[in-house]
Order: sequence, then structure tokens, then C-alpha cells
Amino acid sequence: MRHTNTHSRFSAVAVALALSCALLFPASGRADDKLRIMTATTDLAALAQEIGGDKVEAESIARGYQDPHFVEAKPSFLLKLRRADLLIVVGLELEIGWLPPLITQSTNPKIQVGAPGYFDASRYAKILEIPTGQVTRAEGDVHPLGNPHYWLDPENGLRIARAIQDKLSEMRPNDSAYFAQRYASFEQRLKQADQQWLAEMKPYAGRKIVTYHRSWPNFAEHFGLNVVGYVEPRPGIPPSPQHTVELIGMMKRDGVKVIVVEPYFDLKTPNSVARETGGQVLVLTPSVGGEKEITDYFKLFDYDIAKLKQAFDATH
Amino acid sequence: MRKTAVLSTLILFSTLASAQQSPPAPQQTYVSNAEDARMKTLEDQVRTLAGEVALLRNELKDLRETKSFQSQPEGHILLASTRVESGMLASIPAAPAPEPVPAQLVQTQTYGGASSNAKLLNPDISLIGDFIGTAGHNNVSPSPSLQMHETEVGMQAIIDPYARADAFLSFGETGVNVEEAYVTFTSLPAGLLLKVGKMRADFGKVNTIHNHALPFIDRPLVTNNLIGGEDGIDDAGFSLSRFLPAPKDWFLEGTAQVFRGDSDSVFTAYRRQDLSVVGHLRAYRDLTESTNLDLGLSYARGNSAGLFTASNPSAFFTNIYAADATLRWKPLRRAIYHSFLFRNELFWSARDQLSPVNVFQTQHAFGFYSDAEYRVNRRWTLGGRFDRSGHAAAANLTDTGFSAILTYWPSEFSQIRGQYRFGHLAVAPNDFSNANELLFQFLFVMGAHGAHPF
Repeated sequence: MRHTNTHSRFSAVAVALALSCALLFPASGRADDKLRIMTATTDLAALAQEIGGDKVEAESIARGYQDPHFVEAKPSFLLKLRRADLLIVVGLELEIGWLPPLITQSTNPKIQVGAPGYFDASRYAKILEIPTGQVTRAEGDVHPLGNPHYWLDPENGLRIARAIQDKLSEMRPNDSAYFAQRYASFEQRLKQADQQWLAEMKPYAGRKIVTYHRSWPNFAEHFGLNVVGYVEPRPGIPPSPQHTVELIGMMKRDGVKVIVVEPYFDLKTPNSVARETGGQVLVLTPSVGGEKEITDYFKLFDYDIAKLKQAFDATH
Repeated sequence: MRKTAVLSTLILFSTLASAQQSPPAPQQTYVSNAEDARMKTLEDQVRTLAGEVALLRNELKDLRETKSFQSQPEGHILLASTRVESGMLASIPAAPAPEPVPAQLVQTQTYGGASSNAKLLNPDISLIGDFIGTAGHNNVSPSPSLQMHETEVGMQAIIDPYARADAFLSFGETGVNVEEAYVTFTSLPAGLLLKVGKMRADFGKVNTIHNHALPFIDRPLVTNNLIGGEDGIDDAGFSLSRFLPAPKDWFLEGTAQVFRGDSDSVFTAYRRQDLSVVGHLRAYRDLTESTNLDLGLSYARGNSAGLFTASNPSAFFTNIYAADATLRWKPLRRAIYHSFLFRNELFWSARDQLSPVNVFQTQHAFGFYSDAEYRVNRRWTLGGRFDRSGHAAAANLTDTGFSAILTYWPSEFSQIRGQYRFGHLAVAPNDFSNANELLFQFLFVMGAHGAHPF
């Protein structure tokens, strides 16, 4: 019996020792002095990189062609989050299904909610579709704090960039002039590009479109489009035959010809709706990196607007 | 609106200022003419400002009324994801022209969003209902025809800048159980993560999963036979974990846990010092962006349960060793439509106990299960599981089983499942009873249930 007791203590001590030994290994060393920024989505990484330039290293957890509502909280992300100086999130509960456990398990005090390295971009953006009154899931997977796809408005991109500039300057006061200069350049380029985009979209002002999910309210508002229906009967609810029939009827009646689909949704229902209505299915990417050539925030709008123009012209 | 606020503030300040400047005591008998005049001026100013505020308010009211009238249909389309009904959408006007980007934007500019007070300081509260029905034949471990198997209430919140807490209370058919309630310290030095409270032990995979998150309606045979039943190793104690140095592209994590030593029918603490310990090593690697491999080794040790008749029960131990391997595939572009998971867990139990003739003996039992799940499309998932497990207290009894499951997801927040279960269950050495059962389950989620760890 004594032998067994000793064995028990030995096991407990061995487990404790193994963990203690692990503590002796230093946390990974820093090869450079760059601020490490992790973001929830590629768009925020693109904005952070615009402002941070070569003083930062920004990386996104979600890929641009991935549905940002459904990202897997893989342990490999923990290794990156553990070393992050700043975590930029979309907020409005977009990442509620995967980011909280990653933050908790990252063991990084800098990026915990409320810490200086936790940055919620939605606080600086113009938010649409904030529900009023009672909110229930009878409406599907609604976001009670508003629509989280707000980065698809260049004005919001600018607002977020400005807030990122302030945050980076706060974290690295010595580089604040550099960040200010990067922001000024970004602002000038974005405003110029936005004028161009608005001019390109002007002939199509008021055009009615149907989208798969409610990802485009900010985009539609900024560029004067009119989203009149959705392929999903409710946010997060797959298309139903009854809703699809109603949608086809409405599109025929109103002459709606363009169905915008995000790259992570199935094209079967949109294609059948397009066949019935003589319309066109248009796969638009809501995020940087959604297609190979969309490597920054500017190219995101370049790509989507070019595609939209083609579709409008083809279905005129 | 801002003007109104500024004016109101001005009025308030003027009033406060005048209140402070008014003579504080009746015995002060004289008031200078100059002060009189100043008071009068201030009063006049207040009256003028009040008039202006009233005017502005009326203007604002008019504006609001006009705008709400104009934007009624727009509000409808923005806020409700309603069905498209005939004639409804045709009346919706085009979106208004966007306002130009303001020349100057300040950081304090907040548009509401995340700073909403909607949640105040309440924790995220959720309730998950788990209704199970069983039909068919099982003489060894029969379950009721219909049961509200579990109603789990979850409360989760950030406690302070250093910790968060998670509590899950499980209301079963026979009573309430604190399934888990622990605080996690997230800001410790040296990359340590400390959990304190009652928790499911980090022992293998299936032991850590809540009932409603299981891929099957039931738990594998090995859970019941070797790790103590539905709750498994679930006890009060401490858990300390840390990432460990690992080869490139590998994630390695070590966890050490110390518990009181009471866990269902696995461990019992006969004395205060009869603690149980659990150690877990996890290795993970992304093979591609869609495929990953998750490996684990676990060890648990505590005093064998159910030995109250022994003269020195604290000298009887149960050691359990486990190994798990999971292969996952989920293509990122179609994550909500297709995924595949293949999992295997192996358990070895060495339990000290008294033999029927009261002699010290150690029973060595082995069990494993193998399951595969495939998401066919957004609404349907198929799964199969093969089970085999000895009994911890009678290693010469071995159960074998097989299950097939079909899950339908009306939405993310509910599931309807049907499972066929076959069991070749040992009742005595070389004496088996076959069980053929059909189980069905309805799961529903209310409120905000935090995500479970991967």
C-alpha cells in the first residue's frame, strides 16, 4: 500500500514538474520591433496595414473568402494571438461564435476585452440596421447591435483608419508622425478613389438588387443601390421553396435582374432564381482577399464596382 | 440635437451658477445693487435661452415627424428580414443619397454599435433544452420512453480586467446539478491559464463536451463503463495550462488539474487528502487550411469509488490513461455546407478494488470508440460510431455497440436528431444481451450561448 501511495505522489509531482519545466522555456522571442496586429477579418488587417506601414505586421484570422460568422476557433490561431500586441475586431457580435474562446485561451493579457490592445472597430463606424423594439430569433440570426458588415462603406473605412491611427500613435508615440502621415495619404487616396467609384456608380443610382445575405446595407447606401430582397428568408436561415417563389415573383414584377451572392454561399438557389427571372447571379466579395487580385481595401471596391457595372450593363 | 443639448447644459449651468451665487444665509441683510442687476441679467438670459430651446424642440419634432413618415417603408426593409410579400417591396423607395465624408473625424465619434447599453452588466444568459425519446429494446440499461433529459442554463461574463467566469447549471429529471462553474484568470504571467471551480476535466475529448454539443444523442459506452457515466470526470478543483514549445507549425499545450477527488463512479475522496489529478497533453496541426489533426494524451488518478466497505479505501486507486486523435476537414469557402470529422479515443483503466472474497485486486479494462460525422449540406448531418468497452470493475465483461445518426438543423439554434443504436451488452462472462433502440432528440437554444472551445 505504501508503494501505491508513493506512486500517487510521484505522479502528481511528475505532472507538476512537467508544467514547471515548461515555464522555464521563454515565450517566443521577437525578431523585430514591429507591432503585431491580429484582426478578425482581412478588411481590418488591410486598413491596419495601410496606417501602420512597415511599423506593423497585420494578419487576419478569417480569410477573405470565408463566412466571418462561422470561423473555427483553431488552436493554431492561439499561437498568433498569444504574440499579438493589438487585436482588432469587427464587433457587433459578428465573431461571437468563435472569437471569445480564442481570446480567453490566448493567455495574452494585452488583448483581453477591455485591455488597451483590444480594439472594437464598430465603435468608430456608422452602423445601420440597429433593431429597435423587441428583437427575437423569429427574425433569424439577427444582430441586436446592428449590421456588422459596415466596412463596405469607404466612409466607414476612413473612420476606422482614423481610429487605428490614434490607437497606433497611443501604442507607439514615437511613430505618431509616421502614422499621421500614412493616414493623411490614405485619406487622400481613398477620397479620390471614392469620388471615382461614386462617379462610376452614378448612372446606376437607385438600381434594385437582391442579395443572398444582409451583407451589403452600407455598400448599398453609399453607392445608391436599392436592396429589395434576400435569397435567405431570414438572416442565417437557408432558402426555402416558398420564399424563393415569392422572391421570383417580386423580381419579375419589379424587373430586378441582379442577384448578389457572397463567395461562401451555395449558388444553386440563386442560379435557379436567375434562370426564372432572366437575371444574373453576381458573386461579389465582401472582403479583401475574397479573390486573389483583391489585395487591399481599394481593390475590394474596384473589383466589386467593376463587377456590378458589368452586371447592370448586361441585364439592362 | 447637439444644439439642444448644448443649450440645456448652458441653462443648467446658469441655474446652478445663480443658485450658488444667491445669498446663502438670511442674516445677510444687504445685497448690492450690482448683484441685483447681475441676477436680473442672468434671469433674462435664462428666459431667452428657454424660449430658444422650446423653438428648437418644436423644429426638431417637426423634422422627426416628417422623416419618420418618409422613411417608414425603409425602416421595414432595414430592420426586419421579413418574407417578401407581394406589393410590399415595390413601394420601397431608393436608398437616400449618402452624406459626404466629414472633413474631420475624431476618435471619440461613436455611432452606437458596440457601445450599446443593451446588455448592461448582465452576463450572457442561455438555456439549452435537451429532449430525448427512446423506443425499442434494452434490458441492461433501459432509459425512459420520453424525458426532458436536461435543461442547461449557462451564464457567462467577464468578471474584471483579469478574469472571466462561466457557469452551467443542469436541471435534470431528478434534480439540479452544477455541471460547471469556474473562473478563468486570463492575465497571468508566463502564459499560464488558471481555472478555479467545478469543471469537466480536460481528460480526452468526449469528457470535455457538454451533452448538447455531443455529435450523438448519447455518450459512447466507454464513458459509462470506464469514466463514470454521463458527467464523467467533473469535479471541483484547479486547472493550470500553458502552451509548450513545439516544432514549427505544431501547437502543443499542457494541462495539469487537481480535484477534490469525487467524480461519479470513478473517484471518491474518503479523506480530505484523497485528491485526484488529471494531466493532458494536446498537439494540434493544420495540415491544410481546411484539414487539421488534433492529438491528445491524458492521464487521471484518484481513489477508486465505491469502496466504503474496505478497511483502508484511501489505498485503492484508479489510474486511467487515454489517447485521442481527431481529423477534421472543413472547406473554408463552403464551411456551412460541408465538413467531415473522424475521431478515435482509447481508454485504459487500472482500478484497485476488493475481489468478491475481499482480496486486493487490480482490474485492467480497455475501451474505445470511433466516430465519423459528415455534414451533407447546410441542414443535414450524418454520423456513425463504433463502440467497445470493458467494465472498469469487471474487466471480463465487454460491451460492444454501433450507432448511426441523422441530424436536421432547422437553424443554428435548434436540432432534430434520430439515432439507431445497437448494443451487444455483457451481463455476465459469456452472457450477452442485445439491445436495439431508436432514439430521437430535440435540442433548442435560447439566448446567447458562448462558443465552446475547439
